[in-house]
Amino acid sequence: MNPREAAAAVVDPEIRVLTIDELGILRSVDEDPSTGRVVVTITPTYTGCPAMDVIRADIRRALTAAGHPDAEVRTVHSPAWSTDWISESGRAKLAAAGIAPPQPVRRPGVVPLTLTLRCPRCGSPETEQLSRFGSTACKALWRCRSCSEPFDHLKAL
Amino acid sequence: MNGPFEFTLRLGDDALIAAQRLAEWTTRAPEMEEDIALANIALDQLGAARLLLTYAGELEGAGRDEDALAYLRDDREFRNCLLVELPNDDFAVTMAKLLLLSAYQLPLYTALAECADERLAAIGSKTRKESAYHLDHAALWVKRLGDGTEESHRRMQAAVEQVWPYAAELFAPDPGAPVDPAALRAEFDATVTAVLAEATLTRPESGWAPAGGRDGVHTEHLSYLLAEMQVLHRAHPGAKW
Repeated sequence: MNPREAAAAVVDPEIRVLTIDELGILRSVDEDPSTGRVVVTITPTYTGCPAMDVIRADIRRALTAAGHPDAEVRTVHSPAWSTDWISESGRAKLAAAGIAPPQPVRRPGVVPLTLTLRCPRCGSPETEQLSRFGSTACKALWRCRSCSEPFDHLKAL
Repeated sequence: MNGPFEFTLRLGDDALIAAQRLAEWTTRAPEMEEDIALANIALDQLGAARLLLTYAGELEGAGRDEDALAYLRDDREFRNCLLVELPNDDFAVTMAKLLLLSAYQLPLYTALAECADERLAAIGSKTRKESAYHLDHAALWVKRLGDGTEESHRRMQAAVEQVWPYAAELFAPDPGAPVDPAALRAEFDATVTAVLAEATLTRPESGWAPAGGRDGVHTEHLSYLLAEMQVLHRAHPGAKW
């Protein structure tokens, strides 16, 4: 497997339905053709994201398994990650897993107002925010008033 | 003593001490959702602190990493503002502190994102998004409590008056710095004035303006905070888990 495919297949340890590529945190994979050395560049969703160490280890493990033991994982912070970088397939997987995907970010640096969010289970727009923060730094907790199910929402950033 | 190292250290210390204070609310917040919120905001501050202190250590060039700067300095060597080291007190005071801090950090990080130093610009472009959310959260609570019951209004007003004097120190001019804090005052004033007005609170008059944090002259509260934060690392140097 080429290093790009191997790194792109690594699953996010907190949102296990998404790969790091679908989440948009995999920025680049470069292989030096003469030495075989691979440099992977990733960016955190949030600065304090505690999953970063696990992601780095998982990438190195995946590359080693794919025959690229000489790998370095670098972290960059600019340009800053945005939920707009989550792929279409990633959004569909989030919704299928009961996590309401983020709305598009209109202006950089501004947290968009959430007017309505559809329940990822029954599709009802009759939902309410329970908590502005959720089980991970990137999520908020919501509830559907139609089907009564609570659900996670990946906050637009 | 106003080079890029001192500037970066100040920002890193603000974030680190704010993170440690906010984390004290964990398991003690008035409701579960708020417990998670304060822990998440503390985590964001810690994330910013790690980036800033790592870079400060590189700028200094003396081989100190983020852990050396966080755990092996004494109180007089910290450069955080006094605001972040003040005790949490009641929930209203914590929210008043968070309002002032995030109303300062948001324009600071936004300006940092545009500064000439690439590393600081990268950090600013990341942290400003998080600060916007912190400000939103603090403003929501200040409005809810200020425009709430008679008792919540009384306590929110008292909280704002208690912490207001400490805002002055944030904007001490530093014309040579990558971002001059004095240039952020107008946006801070506009933000805070609007939130207080909507919260039916009265903005305190500016008068007594305690300072000294940027020179390492702190309140006694910082020493106790550091004792708790640093004890494990000092007892077991290099400890990891």
